Amino acid sequence: MPVIVVEVMPKAELLDPQGKAVAGALGRLGKDRFSAVRVGKRFELTVDGPVDEAALADAREVAEALLANGVIEDVVRVSEEVA
Amino acid sequence: MTRIGVITFPGSLDDGDARRAIRLAGGEPVRLWHGDHDLDGVDAIVLPGGFSYGDYLRCGAIAAHSPIMREVVDAAARGVPVLGICNGFQMLTEAHLLPGGLVRNDHGAFVCRDQRLAVESTRTAWTGGFEPGEQIVVPLKNGEGGYLADADTVARLEDEGRVVFRYLETDPNGSVHGIAGVANAAGNVVGLMPHPEHAVEPGFGPDTAAAMRSGVDGLRVFRSALEGVLAA
Repeated sequence: MPVIVVEVMPKAELLDPQGKAVAGALGRLGKDRFSAVRVGKRFELTVDGPVDEAALADAREVAEALLANGVIEDVVRVSEEVA
Repeated sequence: MTRIGVITFPGSLDDGDARRAIRLAGGEPVRLWHGDHDLDGVDAIVLPGGFSYGDYLRCGAIAAHSPIMREVVDAAARGVPVLGICNGFQMLTEAHLLPGGLVRNDHGAFVCRDQRLAVESTRTAWTGGFEPGEQIVVPLKNGEGGYLADADTVARLEDEGRVVFRYLETDPNGSVHGIAGVANAAGNVVGLMPHPEHAVEPGFGPDTAAAMRSGVDGLRVFRSALEGVLAA
């Protein structure tokens, strides 16, 4: 069945303590070419039926209403996953 | 007797302490269940601390869409006093009853300490019994208690006297302006990260200069609501 992917990231201006902790671990792996890490979320919404504009509109609605909190996060992607 | 409802969500863990605090403050605690559409006619409502729905998605986010939250939003609009403690505060922001949001502590660690606070506003349903600027000590325990809002919202909260509690001595979680608790414009809805319900009985509260574990500063949060309901 088709899948719509929603990706959510902490707002760029906010400190991301989770990403900072991961970045510290990368340094300990000796991979110091990666200077920063930000951690976000990916949601996969399985769709009954076709992924048409109505389905994408519904996905954008739930992304803003539930999957992300606009005060602290941004929805950065709502689109069909192409296999 | 004035009845204050405490809503239990899956994963609530301070609902029992909140009911006990209400009883010790002189009120009648009423158990409410997240899955009902029924507030049982209570005079005030407490959303307790804990980890509702395992903090999945975001702290308080799924609980904010619980069946009973529709009644809570309606009651808040009617002026019924609503207090959100810790996870309850997170729910109130997720339900848009309070502005801003709570994020992971800036230092990344869970914090558990007896926290000194300034009571910045006494014009709310839950702080009417304090003196303006009074200092209190209540326990604080959270991993995601950093209060954030955009600059305009913070300025408005400060201008309108809606910062209700502010951290003193240290900002334990990276909250903007050291904000520990805020109110809605009407002052009936208050949320805070620290736990007044854990400072209500001698022997079980924070240490004070007088004696170990004798702090009961949290009691007056609940008494403020009880007195406010009687006066209304």
